[in-house]
Amino acid sequence: MSTESIAWPNTAAASPSFVDHLHEWVTTVDHKRLGILYIVYALIFLVIGGIEATVMRIQLIRPHNDFVSPQVFNRMFTMHGTTMIFFVVMPVLFGFANYLIPLMIGARDMAFPRLNAFSFWMTAFGGLLLYFSLVGANGLYGAGNAPDVGWFAYAPLTSQTFSVGHSTDFWTLALLVSGLGSIGTAINIIATVLCMRCPGMTLAKMPLFAWLNFVMAGLVILAVSPLTAAQIMLVVDRYLGGHFFDTQAGGSAVIWMHFFWVFGHPEVYVLVLPAFAFASEIIPVFSRKPIFGYPVMVGATIAIGFISMSVWAHHMFTVGMSAAANNFFVISTMAIAVPTGIKIFNWLGTMWGGKIEFKTPMLFCIAFLFQFLIAGLTGIMQGAAPFDWHLGNSYFVVAHFHYVIVGGILFCLFGAFYYWFPKMSGKMYSETLGKLHFWLFIVGFHMTFDFMHIPGLLGMPRRIYTYEPGRGWDTWNLVVTIGVFFQAAGILVFLGNLIWSYFRGRPAGNDPWDAWTLEWSTNSPPPAYNFYTIPSVQSRRPLWDLKHPDDPDWKYE
Amino acid sequence: MSATSTTLPPELEWKLPARGQVGMSALIGAESAIFTIFVVAYLFYIGKSLSGPMPKDVLSVPIFYTICLLSSSLTIHLAARSLRGGKVRSFAAWWLLTITLGAIFLYGTASEWHRLIYKEGLTITTNLFGTTYYSLVGLHGFHVIVGLLALGSVMAFTIFGAVKHEHAERIDVLSLYWHFVDAVWVVVFTVVYLIGR
Amino acid sequence: MSPVVVWICGATAAFADTAQPLSPTSIFAPASTPAKSIFGLSLFVLAVTGAIFLIVFALLLYSVVKFRKRKNDDGREPPQVYGSNQVELAWTVIPVLIVVALFMATARVIASVQKTVRPDNAIEVVAIGHQFWWEYRYPTLGVVTANELHVPVSDENHPTPTFIKLLSADTDHSFWVPRLAGKTDLIPNHPNSMWIDPHDPGVYLGQCAQYCGTQHAKMLLRVYVQSQDEFARWIQEQRQPAIAGDAVSQGQRIFETTACINCHTVAGTVANGRFGPDLTHLMSRDTIAAGAAKNTPENLRQWILSPAAIKPGSLMPAMQLSDAELDALTAYLETLR
Repeated sequence: MSTESIAWPNTAAASPSFVDHLHEWVTTVDHKRLGILYIVYALIFLVIGGIEATVMRIQLIRPHNDFVSPQVFNRMFTMHGTTMIFFVVMPVLFGFANYLIPLMIGARDMAFPRLNAFSFWMTAFGGLLLYFSLVGANGLYGAGNAPDVGWFAYAPLTSQTFSVGHSTDFWTLALLVSGLGSIGTAINIIATVLCMRCPGMTLAKMPLFAWLNFVMAGLVILAVSPLTAAQIMLVVDRYLGGHFFDTQAGGSAVIWMHFFWVFGHPEVYVLVLPAFAFASEIIPVFSRKPIFGYPVMVGATIAIGFISMSVWAHHMFTVGMSAAANNFFVISTMAIAVPTGIKIFNWLGTMWGGKIEFKTPMLFCIAFLFQFLIAGLTGIMQGAAPFDWHLGNSYFVVAHFHYVIVGGILFCLFGAFYYWFPKMSGKMYSETLGKLHFWLFIVGFHMTFDFMHIPGLLGMPRRIYTYEPGRGWDTWNLVVTIGVFFQAAGILVFLGNLIWSYFRGRPAGNDPWDAWTLEWSTNSPPPAYNFYTIPSVQSRRPLWDLKHPDDPDWKYE
Repeated sequence: MSATSTTLPPELEWKLPARGQVGMSALIGAESAIFTIFVVAYLFYIGKSLSGPMPKDVLSVPIFYTICLLSSSLTIHLAARSLRGGKVRSFAAWWLLTITLGAIFLYGTASEWHRLIYKEGLTITTNLFGTTYYSLVGLHGFHVIVGLLALGSVMAFTIFGAVKHEHAERIDVLSLYWHFVDAVWVVVFTVVYLIGR
Repeated sequence: MSPVVVWICGATAAFADTAQPLSPTSIFAPASTPAKSIFGLSLFVLAVTGAIFLIVFALLLYSVVKFRKRKNDDGREPPQVYGSNQVELAWTVIPVLIVVALFMATARVIASVQKTVRPDNAIEVVAIGHQFWWEYRYPTLGVVTANELHVPVSDENHPTPTFIKLLSADTDHSFWVPRLAGKTDLIPNHPNSMWIDPHDPGVYLGQCAQYCGTQHAKMLLRVYVQSQDEFARWIQEQRQPAIAGDAVSQGQRIFETTACINCHTVAGTVANGRFGPDLTHLMSRDTIAAGAAKNTPENLRQWILSPAAIKPGSLMPAMQLSDAELDALTAYLETLR
């Protein structure tokens, strides 16, 4: 391919073509590139999932509306839930973890770069597989369309009898494939954290970001695997004539629920621990203080990890378990509130006595604190099982988990975007647009999700494509829907800010926030090899030690 | 790019665990969770089949094949030890023996299945016992096949002279997987042939 | 913020006249003992969580205001505080105590609802969930009906509760009439049971609360709580077979010769299908299609002509009848009182 007989001076310096760029990105094993691929992938699906939510909310704006048919609505809530959890939140969190962990622990890459690439492409393929269901096959009712069994796909609705055609299979296979990707990423995170830390960085000196993602990875290993097992069983039932969940053959519908929620509950901690990781890095920097109670934060995280494996059947309080079983899950559910509450108090303690700067990342994290407090409390309400006999499967639950995922996790995620965008792109974002995004989104968020609790309290179940007038639900549903448009506006401002700032933002420099962890010691964006020399550290805040040689952290830790 | 050298006192050695071992252990953790779910399903459905052959009617305890598989853990351990000591030929012999024992086990499973399907009429669709039995034993057998493929590749590399003393650590990682497969068989054997029968 | 809104709404609903609650399906207007036990627990839980919210919210707000960076800041870093063991202990112990208190209150209500023994004078109902309608059988009273459950009112001094066994013919469903009890699921091959003892006569509304397929949204519940006398009369009427009149013999013939009898039962005739609702006393019901439409001749005719117009995805097929056949058939069904 080389034209070496005539060595034109310019050939070696010719800028890479578009195809070359594409090739570089598709074959990359660099954790930073893969991190960005995950993040961009997730943002695309965020928009798609958001459109699905908007369709549902328009349908529910008034009783007996006919914006979409029940069949379409049922596919919308299935796809919205599945997309948001597996193809938005998980990938974006893996993306940030991949990008930041090696930088924060002073390593050059993750432990297994090729496994990293494999995991990303498996996840990406899973998403495409799920959406391929829209065109997958034509024919009978339900055969050529998106799955409509709900994101937790209860048996026996998913059996061949009740789910004709292939839509359920697209759900199953898409999640099986992306689940393998998730497990690969988890293995990578665990090996990286245990084996690749720079000299001096004992586990007790590792940033909380790394700790929280490490525990998250452990949960993925233990929790995604049961889902994989259950899905294999579902495929055996649907295609090999098995009877795992075949109630006609003596099988149990409840055992699917157990298997699913053994995955499903730790899964929400998989989602929230990285969000805590963001908050634990951002809040100290913008309060100008170290995180309050680092050892307790680590301990609480590990406690949350363990306890989260024992609460799953609080999703099944209405299924008819014995009083003893119900009591067990009440107490385990309430117990997990203790370490979680401790974390909120420690973030409060971090801000206390500090000098808080209300830059965009911090605004989002402060909102997270208020909102996560509320979300946790509505969780406690549902943990009281008899109360859950009303609240469960109603719009109260929908409001609660969106409060956690949007009000908690997404807010922290926005904070993370703004905080690390300068590092990843080398440019500063527009602070004005950032604040505009914040205010638009917070108004929309509260309009939608505060008021969504009320129809639940007034008897409105979830997953209904329409509802009866005269039950007192109408006005609340209207308000809930209006809030969606504020959130959509906020998202558009956010995406616009990212894109505009990437091209036109002013240079950010290495350390625009005067922060203390290792990623801020290298260039923005970091070179492929991350660090010129591998650093060695003596405390949890190596850059504080460098900036304050007279008063370094390691004297006090 | 600034020199982040708050340097370590020279006498402190910085030793972290090996990536391969940690990665394989994490994978084993995940696989254990998958197997646990299948074992739970098996245990839950014991005695719940509405019809059809029951375990004690058709299952015969595969003692010989179990001994083969469990011995292969010993032989792979000896193989790894040989390689760590630099004895490549001895390694190759033990490695080949491991593969052979694994293959014999697989043959045992296959012949049992053949008997169950064609003589006893037990298939995956027959009843809850059939579904859970074939799924659990089959999942384990699948892992044996994957293991044998990996072991076989190493055998091929060895024959071509590419496996040397310095690869001992990687062989250790692979043998960890093989030990896991054997340990799972201990559990499956107990659940299917002892508890469930 | 949400719990405050919730608290205000809850309190308002609670103190409103329970005969005219804010919503006929409000969980804060209990009319039966299980619902009342849950209501009591919910007030306690709301009080505790409300208090926690107010305290922590106030602390967060205070910290964000008091410790904000001032304009005239001197640029020095604030005191670097790493933690405090006493504080950590305090905010571990106090939540643990709160959790213990909440758990004990919860366990008591679980016991009171789940461990109630069925008294001898209880009405027994077997409810079978179908895609997308409710089948009700009263085994000891010899009644089979659909979609509208009738139970006697229960005097608090001499209770006559109704115990409902919950089964399913296909997928998972859930029985939720908020003013009477918390929801309990109907799961195939997993019988459940619940009980209610409504204290005031009236109609209580609810709907299926576990996604069961396309028309999950229109699997509505209506529970008619009647005085003892009215209930006894209703039972008597329901036990009678259908009385056919000559005027509608043509309609009856259409019913019995088309596929109707494969799915529906009309006691005293050849129709004994079990897939769809029992129609013997169809005209004794206020609604059709599990509450999806009022029981009027027009709606009934429309339903038979095209179920998809009222409840798309319902498992009743369009019967492809001519206008004259439809009129005759509707007239016949109108006699099934």
